[in-house]
Amino acid sequence: MTATASFRPDVIVIGGGLHGCSAALHLSMRGVRVLVLEKDHVARHASGVNAGGVRQLGRHVAEVPLSVASMALWHRIRELVDDDCGFESHGQIKVAESEAELETVRARVAELTALGFTHEEVVGQDELRALVPAIADHCVGALVSRGDGAAIPFRTTFAFRRKAISLGARFQEGGAVTRLVRKNNLWTVETADGGVHEAPVVVNAAGAWADRIAAQVGEPVPLEVIAPMLMITARVAPFIRPVVGATGRTLSFKQFPNGTVLIGGGLLGRAVRDENRTELDFSQVSVNARTVWDLFPCMRGATIVRSWAGIEARMPDQIPVIGPSGTEPDLYHSFGFSAHGFQLGPIVGRITADLITGGSTDLPIAPFSIGRFAA
Amino acid sequence: MSAPNPKFDFDIAVVGSGPAGLAAAALAASKGASVVLLDEQAEPGGQIYRAVTETPVRDRKVLGPDYWHGAELLGPLRDSGAVHWPGTTVWSVARPREDAGDGHRPIQIGLSRNGSAAMLTVRHVILATGALERPFPIPGWTLPGVLGAGAAQVLLKTSGLVPSGATVMAGSGPLLWLLAWQYLQAGARIDAILDTTPKQNWRAALPLLPGFLRSPYLGKGMKLMLDVRRKLTVIGNVTALRAEGDGALKSVVYTRNGTEHRLPADTLLLHQGVIPNLNLANATGCAQRWDGQQRCWRPTTDDWGATSVEGVSLAGDGAGIGGARAAEEAGRLAALDALHRLGRIGREQRDQSAVPVRTALDRALTGRAFLDTLYTPAEAFRVPADDTIVCRCEEITAGAVREAVRLGCSGPNQAKSFLRCGMGPCQGRLCGPTVTEVIAAERGVSPAEVGYYRLRPPVKPITLAELAALPKTAADIDAVFKH
Ligand SMILES: Cc1cc2nc3c(=O)[nH]c(=O)nc-3n(C[C@H](O)C(O)[C@H](O)COP(=O)(O)OP(=O)(O)OC[C@H]3O[C@@H](n4cnc5c(N)ncnc54)[C@H](O)[C@@H]3O)c2cc1C
Ligand SMILES: Cc1cc2nc3c(=O)[nH]c(=O)nc-3n(C[C@H](O)[C@H](O)[C@H](O)COP(=O)(O)OP(=O)(O)OC[C@H]3O[C@@H](n4cnc5c(N)ncnc54)[C@H](O)[C@@H]3O)c2cc1C
Repeated sequence: MTATASFRPDVIVIGGGLHGCSAALHLSMRGVRVLVLEKDHVARHASGVNAGGVRQLGRHVAEVPLSVASMALWHRIRELVDDDCGFESHGQIKVAESEAELETVRARVAELTALGFTHEEVVGQDELRALVPAIADHCVGALVSRGDGAAIPFRTTFAFRRKAISLGARFQEGGAVTRLVRKNNLWTVETADGGVHEAPVVVNAAGAWADRIAAQVGEPVPLEVIAPMLMITARVAPFIRPVVGATGRTLSFKQFPNGTVLIGGGLLGRAVRDENRTELDFSQVSVNARTVWDLFPCMRGATIVRSWAGIEARMPDQIPVIGPSGTEPDLYHSFGFSAHGFQLGPIVGRITADLITGGSTDLPIAPFSIGRFAA
Repeated sequence: MSAPNPKFDFDIAVVGSGPAGLAAAALAASKGASVVLLDEQAEPGGQIYRAVTETPVRDRKVLGPDYWHGAELLGPLRDSGAVHWPGTTVWSVARPREDAGDGHRPIQIGLSRNGSAAMLTVRHVILATGALERPFPIPGWTLPGVLGAGAAQVLLKTSGLVPSGATVMAGSGPLLWLLAWQYLQAGARIDAILDTTPKQNWRAALPLLPGFLRSPYLGKGMKLMLDVRRKLTVIGNVTALRAEGDGALKSVVYTRNGTEHRLPADTLLLHQGVIPNLNLANATGCAQRWDGQQRCWRPTTDDWGATSVEGVSLAGDGAGIGGARAAEEAGRLAALDALHRLGRIGREQRDQSAVPVRTALDRALTGRAFLDTLYTPAEAFRVPADDTIVCRCEEITAGAVREAVRLGCSGPNQAKSFLRCGMGPCQGRLCGPTVTEVIAAERGVSPAEVGYYRLRPPVKPITLAELAALPKTAADIDAVFKH
């Protein structure tokens, strides 16, 4: 699976996360020769260790059109990558714990309706209880997106990679890109292990390290490296199908078919990105545990068997950078997914391929321009 | 985080009250450092001296004089002023963070006690977490009636219990002989010992024999083995083993000189040596390396036990198997170095105090290389055949791991993602060594290259309730330690 000297890629993708793999897949589907360079191994970082939430619910309005388009791809993910990626669609729910919170979610639905989107709806206490019988008594209602769900992150990223390879893409793991230079309409990309690769086009999908690639081409971005934490319980009897979040506090809560329960929701540990390492902050994990204690009384005796954190890029405005570079031609960015980029993986790869092969895309990507950070 | 509570803020925390931890805590506290000694067991003593203050086995001959040496470590601990919290499980040791203002970078320790969790702040940690029995995967090892010999010994030491019915012991290593001997002293029935020590190990070990002949343990070990051999059936050169039964163990099938034999058995005690319990060190981020001789991962330390993580040292079998006496001396070295790092003693005083300790340590380690070489477990018992379960929690077989390797799984961490191997309640703490070896053998590379699980806190399961109630204020913390 290593690139051979005779392989002349049309596009080099930097980063073997879901976004790099998805770009590689969509480009390969159009007959473009792609080489993906990954410093560690595919799915080693955010894309392999995230919560697997496939959620349109509660997205930033700028992301909603992309998220809705991505969801359509998720619902036929097997057609796309020959693997169901463990995707199950039992809906996602954001619980309101007070009348005031319920008011907020009503306003949210009104806003979406005005924009022409109908995937989110408000439900009252009875409907909430029907969807999530285990929810604590004090919860008064919820925001629901019935088409949402969850998938298995590592398996998903691998499926994208496998399908891309079957269509001719090459992957090289274990070589970090250290330098890129463009001369005579050709990019020269050097890796730490001594590799030198050339291609007319480069995609920067380097996740939490993407600012370094951008800086190489004179395009600094205010990327913050964060370490969202997750924990998982020992198996308990199945009791819930949808993924549950909260309106007033951070939570992502879901039970796998094998009974284990994944608990997370954006609380942060510490990332040490130069060492590919994260550290957990148990005072924050404890906050998360208390939320579950409050919302799911049946979980109080559950046993936590493991916790971990992944390294992710967050932009100041919480939405990603997608689209052409502002300083260099033939360079495209796809990073900064701010802890909710898994769901967007399938569509953003398609958008990147649209831009490279056709010069434009039919989805509204103006809000994601890297130009918004230009001084 | 709340302001630190002086009562839960120590210079040094020692995790583990086996010989290494007892010696380290007593020495460090005797030099004026504030020390807390933490151990999940209800009584001090660690594996070897387990329950030494409480054991119902009063006849000193049963457990032997080495066992009773443990009692001698308890007086100095009591006199030292170290705070001792038995019944306390440590589930997390975080690397030091920002400067607390006094030039020290505090380390947070997550612990559970009586069903409550708390965080403790210290300036230095000595991990003396001892050893674990090496996993010994054979077909049928998940049947009720099959257990680790060490686990059985725990029952003997703590409750005076011995197995009833037909009992077979199988495996290799000094501890197997010790346990057989202890059982004989206790009047238990052992039907046979199936010795799996590979014949060819003798050839490799022979050049190391001179060192062993100077070992203080030689006399004791020989006497013990002769005793056992005189009284028990010992079947050597066993090359394959299988536990059989329908819902519970019925018989043990073994291969010797190419022929299969069957022994009826109600209990099968398996053992093939011990390996460092590095779970806490690994989860804390201490660098580790593959020890090709002992065929296990061991944390990397300098000769004071200092690890790659600032403020964290290791002592005893948790840093590499050396036995109880060596553990005790290593505990003293780690304590001296910690005192030095905390500015309690000068470099010269540290080095001088260490001279007799190092002499004793060297003596305790004499002959170790011979034992390690002789008792290196056979490949067949480290790298099992396809249908043998390696991950007991998720019931993953060696064959499934090999299949994942063929699909591109290059190491234990990917095996988790591919197979859920190592993702059950033990979180890979028990299958790790086997998974490393199976992947290495299948890929045809060294275990050093395939690596090991990245372990994560909590290294011991804790309940959601404990985490949710993690105390925020000093008064809350006090409450945890009230009972
Ligand atoms: C099952 C077993 C039985 C053994 N029996 C003998 C024997 O009879 N004779 C002999 O010579 N050698 C025996 N050994 C080998 C032996 O362990 C030693 O050489 C010696 O006990 C090592 O001393 P130590 O101080 O390094 O660790 P240990 O004596 O093993 O002490 C480690 C202590 O750390 C504690 N601990 C570990 N993790 C945590 C945590 N996360 N939180 C709180 N506490 C923790 C444990 O409860 C334990 O008390 C045995 C080993 C095993 C695995
Ligand atoms: C704990 C956690 C939970 C999450 N939960 C969810 C969720 O439920 N739902 C959701 O939608 N999103 C979730 N996310 C966010 C989601 O995981 C990310 O947004 C998404 O995976 C980002 O994908 P990526 O390809 O951009 O980045 P990554 O997966 O991080 O991939 C980037 C890759 O680039 C490589 N790389 C970096 N620099 C170089 C270089 N110089 N040379 C070569 N390679 C390089 C890296 O090694 C890395 O593998 C979560 C994230 C985390 C951490």
